[in-house]
Amino acid sequence: MAAPFEIIRREDFSDVTYLLEISHPRMARAAKPGQFVIVMAQDRGERIPLTLADFDPERGTVTLVVQAVGKTTKEMQASCSLGTKLHALVGPMGKPSGIGDARKVVCVGGGLGVAPVYPQARAYKQSGAYVIGVIGFRSKELMFWEDKFRAVCDEFIVCTDDGSEGIKGLVTAGIEQALEHHPDIDEVVAIGPPIMMKFCAETTRPHGIRTVVSLNPVMVDGTGMCGGCRVKIGDRVRFACVDGPDFDAHEVDFDDLMARLRRFKASEAAALERWTESCRLPAGA
Amino acid sequence: MEEQDPKVRATNFGEVACGYALEDALREADRCLMCPDEPCIRGCPVEIDIPAFISKITEKSLRGAYDTITDTNLLPAICGRVCPQESQCEGACTVGDTLEPVAIGRLERFVGDTAIAEGWASVPYVEPSGLRAAVVGSGPAGVACAADLAKAGCDVTVYEAFHEPGGVLKYGIPDFRLPNDVIDAEIEKLRALGVKFECNTLVGRLFTVEELLTELDYQAVFIGTGAGAPSFMGIPGESLAGVMSANELLTRCNLMHARVFPHYDTPLQAGKQVAVIGAGNTAMDAMRVCLRLGAASVSCVYRRTRNEAPARAEELHHAEDEGIDFHWLTSPIEILGDAENNVRGIRCQRMELGEPDESGRRRPVPVPDSEFEIDVDMVVYAIGTSANPILGQTSSLELDKRGYIVADESLATSIAGVWAGGDIVTGAATVIEAMGAGRKAAGEIKAYLGLRDTDVVYVTEPAAGPGKRFGIDLREHNYARVTA
Repeated sequence: MAAPFEIIRREDFSDVTYLLEISHPRMARAAKPGQFVIVMAQDRGERIPLTLADFDPERGTVTLVVQAVGKTTKEMQASCSLGTKLHALVGPMGKPSGIGDARKVVCVGGGLGVAPVYPQARAYKQSGAYVIGVIGFRSKELMFWEDKFRAVCDEFIVCTDDGSEGIKGLVTAGIEQALEHHPDIDEVVAIGPPIMMKFCAETTRPHGIRTVVSLNPVMVDGTGMCGGCRVKIGDRVRFACVDGPDFDAHEVDFDDLMARLRRFKASEAAALERWTESCRLPAGA
Repeated sequence: MEEQDPKVRATNFGEVACGYALEDALREADRCLMCPDEPCIRGCPVEIDIPAFISKITEKSLRGAYDTITDTNLLPAICGRVCPQESQCEGACTVGDTLEPVAIGRLERFVGDTAIAEGWASVPYVEPSGLRAAVVGSGPAGVACAADLAKAGCDVTVYEAFHEPGGVLKYGIPDFRLPNDVIDAEIEKLRALGVKFECNTLVGRLFTVEELLTELDYQAVFIGTGAGAPSFMGIPGESLAGVMSANELLTRCNLMHARVFPHYDTPLQAGKQVAVIGAGNTAMDAMRVCLRLGAASVSCVYRRTRNEAPARAEELHHAEDEGIDFHWLTSPIEILGDAENNVRGIRCQRMELGEPDESGRRRPVPVPDSEFEIDVDMVVYAIGTSANPILGQTSSLELDKRGYIVADESLATSIAGVWAGGDIVTGAATVIEAMGAGRKAAGEIKAYLGLRDTDVVYVTEPAAGPGKRFGIDLREHNYARVTA
């Protein structure tokens, strides 16, 4: 049996996106779609939230799909391989997604968002709903999980910014296509970068279709005790880690979320520069 | 007691009060009058036998003093540093009627620190009872409960959501008041007693409280998850960059070592001109941390006066010495931002004290036309916390209307076999009150499980009084579990 938080599989989808499958039998049994974990890769690391992309009670593992954008995710990309143990992994956190009685659902994944929306699409399929999957990437080279996602959908729409596969356009084009052909859509679930989720919300708002997004603010504890992940939902302030991470997209103040996501820009740039510098130094320097 | 000079200590995270040397401790211990009516013991929430440990110090039996304290309180190095002694033991001290009270807290700290330095641990042989107890939360309530249950022979596991144990002691109280290695040393002593700590475990989500009693096969559960959900005021500007709760500031700084970024990865971006809203212990900690992180000026904004400030007297006095500005009778109405969404100032108004409110303190009332601005680039909220919602969301525990767990006078919750204590029951309070609750719950759990203290002397019937036989309360029906 693998030691706690041991990585038992790694897959690289591109030179920025990678998958880690981690041994955690108890979490694999407890995890539900929409929930996330907090990870510390090493003892001096920061605590970062990552949505669960998959969980397998039989294998006793949970799966994370990570995009290397800053110091921590790039360092993990460099150091996490088979047998590496994460310093901390805690979860599942957040309220599970409400897989309700929607009969026809559009599940939208933008870029990395494809990973966290996958368990929701699967759960809706298992509940008997008609699932229309819409996935969007900048280009065909960055795509991942196309077949895995297609397998849990009744209809499947691919969008690429550069037109190298499927519809040339953003996921909003895919949503509009689905809306054209299906006047009876009950719900849209959209996960991806905040700007993408914002535009998905604006696409469905005129149709009055319930739209759920999963918010990704900066977090530290993930248990509701620091308030760092506070988001504006309607006229209330909510903590994404315990009140979310799913929220009604038409109530979310995305501009506030995006502004708050930038508040550590200076430290992030400094850390990334330091990391890149240290990568360039010869070994032993 | 020797303290670091305020100008020097405002730049470092070393402890402010340097601690006693043996001669200081002996001199202070000699001041104790050994009053026969023992008011100090009554002032202590866990009833440490204070005159007994002080007399051991005078006899230079420091090990004896340590054993006396740890009969009741397993964490003297922690309590000696953080208890508000002025309203507890020292507040009741007879010597304090005319002179300075005996420095009981400093003596307790001295004994606790000596024990850590010497590597003493109170690890008596304990007969395992075969019964298992789970403790949720490794803060002061949880560790105090775990210690007592371990001493009674239970197999105890403490679950903690963070990656390190200690709870608010670790993330909330800064190193210059309570060093993290003191906490780790005290927790190590609990491990020596057989207590297991499982970190990275979020009870409620990884498994529920109910599952602790069923699938996970514990006979009793104590919940000490704390009241850590920070409050904000709801005024405009609270989502600007540079506005955070004291919990976030302290967690980044104390637990995640943000003060040495980038050697540790968690950032903080400390401000140069900081305003902290509130005047309790958390506010004092937040202000003094900001000073040490390099702020040029730190202000306290509090809507009542210094007399009503809830902070421990020593912390308030240290904060004043370190050069923090206090804006008493002031309340913020808007946080102002610049074009990049950063804080640039805070608009406040003056208050005056009106009639008393439900807490008995005079209610602050705005003074009309008294608005003014303070230039700041960071605003920290330390105005209180509310109940952490996770257990309420995931279990059938009865909660009160503010979300705290309902517990009766024996700290039992609405689920049989589950007790709760500390901030999650009472709302934000002190470390020692949480420890007192943990110990009280442990006592109730022991009675529930039928565990007796191994050194109980069975008194003959007449002396034991009515309702008891052979020293056992007649309401207990589980004589069979008493081992020979």
